[in-house]
Amino acid sequence: MYSFNYVRPSSVAEAVKALNGGNFLSGGMTLLPSLKMRLARPETLVDLAGIAELTGITIEGDRLCIGAMTRHSDVASSADIQRVLPALAELAGGIGDPLVRNRGTIGGSIANSDPSADYPAAAVALDATIVTDRREIPASSFFTGLFTTALQAGELVTRIKFPMIKRAAYAKFPSPASRYAMVGVMVVDTGKGVRVAVTGAGPCVFRQEAFEKALDQNFAPQAIDGIVVSAEGLNQDLFGTPEYRANLISVMTRRAVAAVQARR
Amino acid sequence: MGSGIGASVLRVEDQRFITGTGTYTDDIQRPGQSHAYIVRATTAHGIIKKVDVSHALSAPGVIAAYNGADLQADKIGILPCGWMTMNIDGTPMFSPTMPVVAHDRVRYVGEPIAVVIAESVHQAKDAAELIEIEIDDLPAVASIERAIAPGAPIVWDGAKGNVGFHWHIGAEAPVTAAFARAAHIAKMDLVNSRIICNSMEPRAVCAEFDVGKGEFTLYLSSQNPHVQRILLATASLGFPEHKIRVISPDVGGGFGIKAMHYHEEVIACWAARKLGRPVRWTSERSEAFISDRHGRDHQTHVELALDKDAKFIGLRVSTHANMGGYYSTFGPAIPTFFYATLLSGTYPIPAIYCDVTGVLTNTVPVDAYRGAGRPEATYVIERIVDRAADDLGMDPAELRRRNLIPVDAFPYKTPMGSEYDSGQYELALDKALALSDYKGFEARRAEAKTRGKLRGIGLSSYIEACGAAPSKIVMANGGGSGMFESATVRVNPTGGVIVMTGTHSHGQGHETTFAQVVSDKLSIPMEQIEIVHGDTARTPFGLGTNGSRSLALGGTAIIKALDKIIAKGKKITSHVLEAAEADIIFENGRFSVVGTDKGLAFGELAFTAHAPARFPTDEIEPGLEETAFFDPVNFTFPAGVHVCELEIDPDTGTTDIVAYSVVDDFGNIVNPMIVDGQVHGGTVQGIGQALLENCVYDEDSAQLLSGSLMDYCLPRADDVPNFKLDYIVTPSPHNALGVKGCGEAGAIAATPAVMNAVVDALQPAGVQDISMPATPLKIWNALQAAKAAA
Repeated sequence: MYSFNYVRPSSVAEAVKALNGGNFLSGGMTLLPSLKMRLARPETLVDLAGIAELTGITIEGDRLCIGAMTRHSDVASSADIQRVLPALAELAGGIGDPLVRNRGTIGGSIANSDPSADYPAAAVALDATIVTDRREIPASSFFTGLFTTALQAGELVTRIKFPMIKRAAYAKFPSPASRYAMVGVMVVDTGKGVRVAVTGAGPCVFRQEAFEKALDQNFAPQAIDGIVVSAEGLNQDLFGTPEYRANLISVMTRRAVAAVQARR
Repeated sequence: MGSGIGASVLRVEDQRFITGTGTYTDDIQRPGQSHAYIVRATTAHGIIKKVDVSHALSAPGVIAAYNGADLQADKIGILPCGWMTMNIDGTPMFSPTMPVVAHDRVRYVGEPIAVVIAESVHQAKDAAELIEIEIDDLPAVASIERAIAPGAPIVWDGAKGNVGFHWHIGAEAPVTAAFARAAHIAKMDLVNSRIICNSMEPRAVCAEFDVGKGEFTLYLSSQNPHVQRILLATASLGFPEHKIRVISPDVGGGFGIKAMHYHEEVIACWAARKLGRPVRWTSERSEAFISDRHGRDHQTHVELALDKDAKFIGLRVSTHANMGGYYSTFGPAIPTFFYATLLSGTYPIPAIYCDVTGVLTNTVPVDAYRGAGRPEATYVIERIVDRAADDLGMDPAELRRRNLIPVDAFPYKTPMGSEYDSGQYELALDKALALSDYKGFEARRAEAKTRGKLRGIGLSSYIEACGAAPSKIVMANGGGSGMFESATVRVNPTGGVIVMTGTHSHGQGHETTFAQVVSDKLSIPMEQIEIVHGDTARTPFGLGTNGSRSLALGGTAIIKALDKIIAKGKKITSHVLEAAEADIIFENGRFSVVGTDKGLAFGELAFTAHAPARFPTDEIEPGLEETAFFDPVNFTFPAGVHVCELEIDPDTGTTDIVAYSVVDDFGNIVNPMIVDGQVHGGTVQGIGQALLENCVYDEDSAQLLSGSLMDYCLPRADDVPNFKLDYIVTPSPHNALGVKGCGEAGAIAATPAVMNAVVDALQPAGVQDISMPATPLKIWNALQAAKAAA
């Protein structure tokens, strides 16, 4: 990696001030490999690990609030999350491997908008709110494209607020090599309607509205039978064609619906 | 005793391996050391116009920077190919020369084109970006199909049609006659997919030059330090062999790729002398993908002729082997001699003919990978046998049983020249079928169907040739040197035993297995025995560890040396106890006069040998140290049967191996636990090749697309099942231990067993065949195509 300045502030205000065109470093699961491969060359790295206000899991009213620096392993093992939003704990427990889960953070995952990250599917399907140092952004307008979000330059995600919904489940088809989601589908039955969000398949997380309508009528795996998922615009790599991914969207949706049905 | 042959002694080396106290090459730090960074070609094929390192020289921390011309100017030689393959017309193969650093043309992505040496790796990398490189791109070619197509880009001007050699073995006329009278001919085209090895410890080098003594010391993660020293001395570095010491400390996996001679060790030695400072280099993972030699990459058309009783009467095989941009150290040996001599499999096929075309492409050179030629042979025969069974509507197990070489036929000589030593092939099949409950399979298939799963079962009856090798045979077939093995046994005055062997463990556990052999023979505890390997200054000349040879050859050399120790001990005892030498026996660690209680314990004898007052030193030399060399009369031929049972999810194309049974005949077994581990590891690598490991080059640019572990899928623990293992023991008559070798069997037998099972699972859904690796995408695509065709 190239040389860079390293700063480790203890507050959000200091972090934002120190950034100076550099990069925030949260878990480093994407940024550090990029640095090692010399694909990124920031002047300054602002390590967020020393900022206590960015971590923690709390229930505030009808919202589950998770600090941006909360590690995947903490989300997966949180008794509160397992109780109020079990699908999110399960999703976090299926990210990467133990090493990744012990380092990677929910804020980093959301801010990076990696097309095959898991958390974006949860954020969109659950209609979460992304809180930054400046404002609150609904998840529905946060993820704008491949590795791009509604965040402005220097804006820092501080926490994510989720509604507490038990009838939700995430089904992932991992890439055999990287174990990132080739297709991950989050299905949420809000009680007022079904929301289906897909990650891994396209440049960025998206909702599958045709499925949502069908599942609104009949919340059962077979409800989506016969609905053709277009392969247009879906991702292509060594492990999957757009057509394969289109198929996996249906298969994983059925599995997620079945998992929701199986919840007590 | 509990540490002798047959005991599952815990591995003595594991304490240091699992507590992080081993010493790998990268752990070795030398005073004043510097760091090399290798600049590699990023284009697959092109004419080098300029590699100007001058700007790099002024970068911070840079000690030196070199291009290929700098090495040429210092008369640094080439990386030699140690095997000469002859063309069918009797002419020698086309021999490309592989420079240590390319100076006129690059032929694959990853080929070294410049070197920066700096105080740190990071400084070297920073400086490398300042090197001005101009390469005029030439059209490139990566695959066999494209390379042999008319009008293909030419990799080597001297190799017309990109054919490096066209070799054959076997007589054609008897094969033609057999096919003419065949009742059935089974045919198929097979791909043996390219493999990228990924040893856990990457390759690493640290070289230093002692100006005072005029000697090199090279620390090198290698399977065969003596071989590396010869090649440095005679071909690449050009320096007296006795002035080079190669030390290979702990080696974290090799699987073949650390048996070859590479650019980096030559660069490091040369630069270390030039600069007067130690020079080190450790491969990064992404660098390993484009610089470690690759494995396999065959395309084969095979035809099997059967008579009306479904007996195999002829086999015709035509193989194209992708050699890469150059011949690696053993490159041409692998798809010729080490492949085709085993095409008879475990069957008495009276007529076999095989031709092999070595194809040059703009890819990383291909060489030995776990099994090296023998897996490719087993894959061909075990897939075509299944195809024949399918054609005839026969049970594949029954077709095999009908054709196996019977017990009374050994030694069995195949038409390819191999003489199988011993075996009980039908017993192995019976045991494997029982272990896997083969009879109950159809019920399990039906049950799986109710869950929407496609279940399949597949067999392979493998053979391999280990214990490479009888020097006469190897050298008659193109080998550049003999392949015997060596051992020195040194008994210390206090009774401790040091064994110095020419083999070298890269994970096999020789420190345990070899010590067990000694413990068994001398009846002394393991703690009293030290195994020394991996250092040309401390060990007798040997050929290292590859081809499952170390116990059969190195172990036998140890036995021979121990025999000499015991013989000398008897002589000494006869004088000390004043008895006839013929009356001295060695039993339970004691030299004694037969029929009396007079004797010397091994430790007493050891001391007596070093305090030579009680025997005549003009007749018997003092001391107790013996060396033996062992060149076998033949290879050993382990064999066995794998049975794989799996389920495919047609919704996703995912394969789940639900049961896996293995019966091996490795002859005698010294440490059953270590052997189990070798079978597990080999089988996992075979499964990896069959289902997961997908090496992909871009057809047009010859860029490696699967160039990281994000893209190239290695098997993980949750990809493989628990294995059911069993053994039969038919000792090899060709070595004193009766052992055959176990290191590669799993990787040899697993790929055809898994692929036969995949095809068995898919056939009811209308898919007739599928090539390796059978990835979820490929299986799903095949199922969609079958659905569309139905």
